[in-house]
Amino acid sequence: MDDKVIIAKRVALELKHGDLVNLGIGLPTSVPNYLAHGVEVFFQSENGIVGLASSPGDGMENMSLTDAGGGFVGAIPGAASIDSTMSFGLIRGGHLDLTVLGGLEVDELGHLANWMIPGKMVPGMGGAMDLVTGAKRVIVAMTHTAKGKPKILKRCTLPLTSTRRVSLIVTEMAVIEPTEAGLVLRELAEGVTVEQVVAATQATLIIPGHVPVMELN
Amino acid sequence: MKKSISCEQAVQMIPDGASVMIGGFMGVGSPHRLIAELVRQGKRDLTVMCNDAGRQDYGVAKLISAKLVRKLIATHIGLNPEAGRQMIAGEMEVELSPQGTFAERIRAGGFGLGGVLTLTGLGTLVAENKQTVDVNGTTYLLETPLRADFALIGAHRADYRGNLEYSLTARNFNVVMATAGAIAIAEPEIIVPVGVIPPDMVATPFVCIKYIVERANSNGR
Repeated sequence: MDDKVIIAKRVALELKHGDLVNLGIGLPTSVPNYLAHGVEVFFQSENGIVGLASSPGDGMENMSLTDAGGGFVGAIPGAASIDSTMSFGLIRGGHLDLTVLGGLEVDELGHLANWMIPGKMVPGMGGAMDLVTGAKRVIVAMTHTAKGKPKILKRCTLPLTSTRRVSLIVTEMAVIEPTEAGLVLRELAEGVTVEQVVAATQATLIIPGHVPVMELN
Repeated sequence: MKKSISCEQAVQMIPDGASVMIGGFMGVGSPHRLIAELVRQGKRDLTVMCNDAGRQDYGVAKLISAKLVRKLIATHIGLNPEAGRQMIAGEMEVELSPQGTFAERIRAGGFGLGGVLTLTGLGTLVAENKQTVDVNGTTYLLETPLRADFALIGAHRADYRGNLEYSLTARNFNVVMATAGAIAIAEPEIIVPVGVIPPDMVATPFVCIKYIVERANSNGR
């Protein structure tokens, strides 16, 4: 199975019936494809809608209905248009149950860096800082390494997105939970060993006696 | 006072060096005719406050490509490579603000508040050289209000008084920016008689809007 599919399928298990969810661009946007039957989740897009749905298809797009990247989307019956202050009021005011974001680095403190690479890539933080700081739960969905280089580090080297500790890290190798005590290895992908995860991780992992195999949706 | 003016007249009011808030999100909901007219009249050294830098010559990207922007205050410029190039080359100053903070700074400016206290950005690059404030044991970052000489608002419908209605995600920053420009100019897609927009549907009350941009093709213009 493709690494990104493994990650999306595992993240999909974290979306609970009735949740209000904001998905970051890239990998996280594929998570809805793997929701279990009967799980109804409401997607918020920070550019101004609660109840985002997939695009109605060619020729049916509305020029005034897009996601945060400007791509055409649809809306569920009962969706609500919201302005930017309401949108971020929902995010910052504790009304958003979950955000799933990509990551460049995460460290032992559970700090995420995902918005800039100094001197190289300065796109701006958009809504990422608000999402990581304000959502009830923050899941980082990312590949375990970047071209073999660990992304889970003792300390982030890139500028932080927030000093708030993220809730969960899901990679194609493992599920890791940042806690007060440090990063706890919670699950291993099928066929992956503890030793392989440790070798691909610069941060120190806390390894329980039994680490179950990752379930996928 | 006549509230409706041509697009050309509206832009003639904006001097070189003005600060201008421009509604829209990746160009969706932006006042595209006003932007094109700013380019046509070649207004220079603008300070532009907009969520982003537009994309593919769409939205405020047109102003940036024409090198009319001295300073951009935005949350994201990643979909406009030219904006990144001008920033790195030092041709355009860019101040990045987290999106929620950006919205609230505009709201503070438009609503007469002295600033925004927020957890967003605390302990990051965003907090550099900014004050923090303790409230009941929690430390917040103090972000300052934003106001502008002009706010250019894209709306779905306007009535003759200037009440505005928006469509879906084209609403975005338009609502809050309409309160924070000394002169707010609305560019609606459709103009309707007073009363057609029911009071409950009005998102921007007419008192916030100084001018409405007339249709492009009225009187043969």
